[in-house]
Amino acid sequence: MSDTIIQIKNVNKWFGDFQVLKDINLEVQQKQKIVVCGPSGSGKSTLIRCINRLEEHQEGNITVDGNELTEDTKDIEKIRAEVGMVFQQFNLFPHLSILDNCTLAPIWVKKMPKKDAEELAMKQLKQVQIDDQASKFPGQLSGGQQQRCAIARALCMQPKIMLFDEPTSALDPEMIKEVLDAMVNLANAGMTMIVVTHEMGFAKEVADEVIFMDEGMIVEKNNTKDFFANPKSDRTKLFLSQIL
Amino acid sequence: MNKLNFLKPDRQNLSTFLYIGSFLFFIAVFDVFLTSFFKTNITSFLPNILSFLLPLILGTIGLHLIRIEFSGIPKLDLINKNINTNHFNAILTLLIIFTIIKSTPPILSWFIIDANISGDTKEACTGSGACWTYIKIWLRRFVYGMYPNDLQWRINISFILLIALAFVGYFATEKLKKFLTLYYVVIYPIIAFILIYYLISGGSFGLMWVETGAWGGLSLTFIVSFFCLIFCFPLGMFLALGRRSTLPTLRYVSVGFIEFWRGVPLITVLFMSSVMFPMFLPEDFFMDKLVRVIIAISLFEAAYVAEVIRGGLQALPRGQYDAAKSLGMGYWKMHIFVILPQALKLVIPGIANTFLALVKDTPLIFVVGLLELVGMLNLAKTNPKWLGFAMEGYVFAAIIFWIICYAMSRYSQNLELKYKTER
Repeated sequence: MSDTIIQIKNVNKWFGDFQVLKDINLEVQQKQKIVVCGPSGSGKSTLIRCINRLEEHQEGNITVDGNELTEDTKDIEKIRAEVGMVFQQFNLFPHLSILDNCTLAPIWVKKMPKKDAEELAMKQLKQVQIDDQASKFPGQLSGGQQQRCAIARALCMQPKIMLFDEPTSALDPEMIKEVLDAMVNLANAGMTMIVVTHEMGFAKEVADEVIFMDEGMIVEKNNTKDFFANPKSDRTKLFLSQIL
Repeated sequence: MNKLNFLKPDRQNLSTFLYIGSFLFFIAVFDVFLTSFFKTNITSFLPNILSFLLPLILGTIGLHLIRIEFSGIPKLDLINKNINTNHFNAILTLLIIFTIIKSTPPILSWFIIDANISGDTKEACTGSGACWTYIKIWLRRFVYGMYPNDLQWRINISFILLIALAFVGYFATEKLKKFLTLYYVVIYPIIAFILIYYLISGGSFGLMWVETGAWGGLSLTFIVSFFCLIFCFPLGMFLALGRRSTLPTLRYVSVGFIEFWRGVPLITVLFMSSVMFPMFLPEDFFMDKLVRVIIAISLFEAAYVAEVIRGGLQALPRGQYDAAKSLGMGYWKMHIFVILPQALKLVIPGIANTFLALVKDTPLIFVVGLLELVGMLNLAKTNPKWLGFAMEGYVFAAIIFWIICYAMSRYSQNLELKYKTER
């Protein structure tokens, strides 16, 4: 299929003796929004970290935008530039201003002229409503602002896919909304997104599909409506009853 | 007026306590002052031990009396909070004050009052203090070593030029700022080498050749420290990265290099560089002694710098690597723009430490016959005309080294402040 952008086939991964991913199969279409949920230690983060090869899988195939990720993928940097990622701990570069955080990769990885990069960065920062903080340093911003800056930074690379690794888990309840709003806007703009989160409200609002993982396996994969209305497996029901 | 409780000074009788306490404290200090400056003991009528301890006792009582909580007088509160919090601290304070007072007269008399600086022979030194004449006469040798007197302008000019070129960074415009790193890391050392090679060493352009064996004194200290600092830093950085590399060969080579150089004493390294190293070279290959020494010290210190920088690299959270990678940065871009700026900032104190040690290790090059400042001192003190002035020489060297090292230390503190960011 031409508009399949990520294809994960029979992927297995071990940390030492411990198997974190067990026979994962997943296909993501362009512009699809997928929410991954599940208890801690279920392998959700590992799965999405495998998609831009921050973790290496040991068995199976992962294909991103037509390129298979293998040990001798020479231009892994090129694939990563196409895949934006937002982390739980923001991971902004503390020694650079907000604007420099956003322009660093476009200038040095995409070889964009500095002026264009700054223009783009300001546009993205405006989208997440922190353009007035551009000259500050990450340490001077609140958690919610930092996370929005991280989203803007990832978007400055103009990626085809965005991965979110529990973007709101390290935030105060009050700040969660501002970050989720930014993500909803992004989803409405038609970005392909894979989001690991426990925010079920967000899942209901934007997700096309919800995946429930437990013990390294995909327990349930369903469209959003059915996932919440009539989940197939008992494990999902138990999980939902505990967090909703 | 209510009854005074001398065991517990309070605010009610503030002025009484303050006057009595200050008076006792003043008496104590004055007694020590008289004893040390004028050799008069006003308490000589007391038994020996009591006379000796009296200032301490009086001072302690005095400080006890002025230890009034929330006195309302800002200066008094400041004193009480910082140097007079309890009896133990009060006694420590007094001991420090007494030590300073007691040691002032002998130091003053040796350095200034009984010292000589006039004349130009040993016989001019008649006082019991320091003989600065010795330093004055030998100053040229201490600064320039055996470098011919009439050619010393060459050293002066190259040093002035180098210092001037080091300040280029202050005048760089915004547009040229991005080339500054390149300038300082690559171009500046090359200019420095060319200057030193053609101007100080000479041999071309009609300048007389001066062999490196004749170089010496403080100027040699600067030359050796300068080049070693410049070379050992990048080398140490690459070794640190190599040690953390995922490529096994690179990692083991780095580990081997670091552990080898950290495991041998500098003095043996220097000795080998001059005695053993030429044996492995082809007959007609010649490498100057000074160059060999600089290479040896650089390699030696690079191992230390590497471990310091590795500490900084390990202190960075893994998220920084993840974030840089996820933005599509490769190994070098990630390290140049994200990892190293943060890691190097963390290790400024450690690097400064290593560099200070390096500067103070330079006297060891005497083992290969190069005489920098301390080497020249050792030479001068054995001169039959000037025997017996080792003390002046070493004090002089200590002061010079202290100035150099203190300047470096201040500079590193400035750097720390400049690059301080909140996490």
